Amino acid sequence: MLLIKNGRVLDPSTQTDALLDVLLDGERISKVGANLSAPGAEIFDAKGLIVAPGFIDLHCHLREPGQELSETIETGTRSAARGGFTAVCCMPNTQPVNDSASVTRGIVERAAASATVRVWPIGAASMGSQGEALAEIAAMKSAGIVAVSDDGKPIATARLMRQVMDYCNSLDLPVIDHCEDASLFAGGVMREGPQSIRLGLKGIPAQSESICVGRDVEVALLTGARLHIAHMSTLGSLEYVRAAKKQGLRVTCEVTPHHFTLTDEDVRYDSRYKMNPPLASRSDRDALISGLADGSVDAIATDHAPHHPASKDVEFDRAPFGITGFETALALGLSELVDAGKIPLMRLVELFTTGPARVLGIKRTITAGEPADITIFSTDHEWTFRAAESPSKSRNTPFDGRTFRGAPMATIVAGRTAFRR
Amino acid sequence: MLQRPPHLLGIETLSREQIVFILDQSKPFQEFQRHPLKKLATLRGKTVAIAFFEASTRTRISFTTAASRLGADTMSLQAESSSLKKGESLIDTVRTLEAMRPDGIVMRHSSSGAPEFVAQRLEIPVINAGDGTHEHPTQALLDALTIRDRKGKLEDWNVTILGDILHSRVARSNIHLLSKFGARITLCGPPMWVPRELENLAPNIRRTPHIKEALDGADVVMVLRVQTERIHEPALAADEYIAGYQLTPERLRLARPDALVLHPGPMIRGLEIDSAVADGPQSCVLEQVTNGLAVRMALLYHLVGGAPADAPHPAKE
Repeated sequence: MLLIKNGRVLDPSTQTDALLDVLLDGERISKVGANLSAPGAEIFDAKGLIVAPGFIDLHCHLREPGQELSETIETGTRSAARGGFTAVCCMPNTQPVNDSASVTRGIVERAAASATVRVWPIGAASMGSQGEALAEIAAMKSAGIVAVSDDGKPIATARLMRQVMDYCNSLDLPVIDHCEDASLFAGGVMREGPQSIRLGLKGIPAQSESICVGRDVEVALLTGARLHIAHMSTLGSLEYVRAAKKQGLRVTCEVTPHHFTLTDEDVRYDSRYKMNPPLASRSDRDALISGLADGSVDAIATDHAPHHPASKDVEFDRAPFGITGFETALALGLSELVDAGKIPLMRLVELFTTGPARVLGIKRTITAGEPADITIFSTDHEWTFRAAESPSKSRNTPFDGRTFRGAPMATIVAGRTAFRR
Repeated sequence: MLQRPPHLLGIETLSREQIVFILDQSKPFQEFQRHPLKKLATLRGKTVAIAFFEASTRTRISFTTAASRLGADTMSLQAESSSLKKGESLIDTVRTLEAMRPDGIVMRHSSSGAPEFVAQRLEIPVINAGDGTHEHPTQALLDALTIRDRKGKLEDWNVTILGDILHSRVARSNIHLLSKFGARITLCGPPMWVPRELENLAPNIRRTPHIKEALDGADVVMVLRVQTERIHEPALAADEYIAGYQLTPERLRLARPDALVLHPGPMIRGLEIDSAVADGPQSCVLEQVTNGLAVRMALLYHLVGGAPADAPHPAKE
């Protein structure tokens, strides 16, 4: 038994904001109340700390199977635990692609053997994510996938999207899309704008994303299926999502910490600023923050995309897209959103907990009987992020060396302490 | 004079004074090219690595000749023969070159920012001989020397740049340089190659898709090569380009009578420029090539030789 005492419990699902104790018994929460005592229980003194439901990351790349030089389920989940995440959804663009039950089972088994937090695999929408035949979605669901996506690229055509949505509707799975129009994307490496012109780097117009979001929303209207827009980065995309929500469609979206923190003006000839979608214009970044504030955005997701150092230490246009993100996500949310006065702390917690849970169609709450997944964090602990000290195998982050106020202090998964600062 | 170690990565970060200094230092080297014996001992014992990761003829020969006339030895790397073909990374390739102890590296690369990437990782001076669609600083310096020579000063001209501005590193470097000297710059070309964001590069930039409007009152006309190898978009038909944007004698008459015509080369006669203009009295094309040698000698002398700014000029003895 573990008794978390004296913490400020913030639970968006019940709008609880109170000094309460939480007693965990085995893998479940057994009691929530004031001044609890439990003889024999281990005590965690959470005085001055926030006690929140366990954080969920809807979007990450653990690189296993097949790209273990960059990350493994073991190293990636240790990094996730340091970031306060109790569950992470890993994208299927592994080698082989997670497009069949056997690959899904392999991931689930590796996770059972080596992961420090829960690993919820996302299955491919199409075979090999090639955009042609449907993947073995029903079989993968039985093996444990929580959503489908061809992440890394968009679901290739509107017709395929319609089939995927119809099929996933019957399985009650959300369809996650990486939205991008290939013909407008056309080999670009950063957001098109004054900075891409100045640096002479091939630009990707914002409309490359929003055109595809518009297509997907139309297909969602046709099918009534659950659609989730991955790593949304532009105002245009946000407007489509807002309109869809207004119409009552089951459309959700996520925003990454780097997209609400940085803009294309931060890009330099340094591949740690290269990710897809690319860093957006200042006005798009500001729009994303307003979407995070007004409820249009459902979740903050990291898009943790580790790449082996040698593969990133190359010319900007030759480097792979992607940055790591688990360990800086909460701190960036606290500094860029809460401390900056854009959103209240409760809303930030919602974006890491009940928000992503709703996308997946599950509960996330600190209530007796629920899984003992708890994230305990500080809003004022000062620390400096050092990528070299991360358990991740990769170092590709522009936030290396940044000093933060606020940090995850403990990550509890199924009653066990996965990380403690 | 520049950063330490003294690199030349682009024009954007240079000051007016630094540019004037380089042009002034180029002057005696210009006259030097007319000497019967074109060899100095100034950089004797120094080695310049000439690393071209992208095909080039004139710029490579110009730098090699400039180094040789200063008395330096060169080591040359060309993409075709390099280990890059065997999968070696850029950083490993240039570190290998550096291990042979050159005193500076002149590099051209098809990736924008590659010289800056290298400069951050090596201890020796890096001279950018053209990077992707970013900058080509020595071209802008030799163009500035040509304009200053012919027109007597560099300040306050109406400059028109014609062609595919979006994909041109020559245009970017020239825009940065000339705008530091008060130029009013007009960019003209097919609209998809002249995006709005170019106006943010410097003050006093205007764009027009109409060549007559662009040439009206111009003091300097820079004609760019149509860079088919760098164009990702569907290309414009050559006939369409010629009809709209070729610099012909009739169109050139819209500019000031004493307007200069510059072209960075290689020039495709009959496409972006009519032969009568290329060979006409207003054309500076061959002077540009000779001035390129002078500018590159001045840069190598100061960057690779590490000469103090007030040292007696080696070509003035």
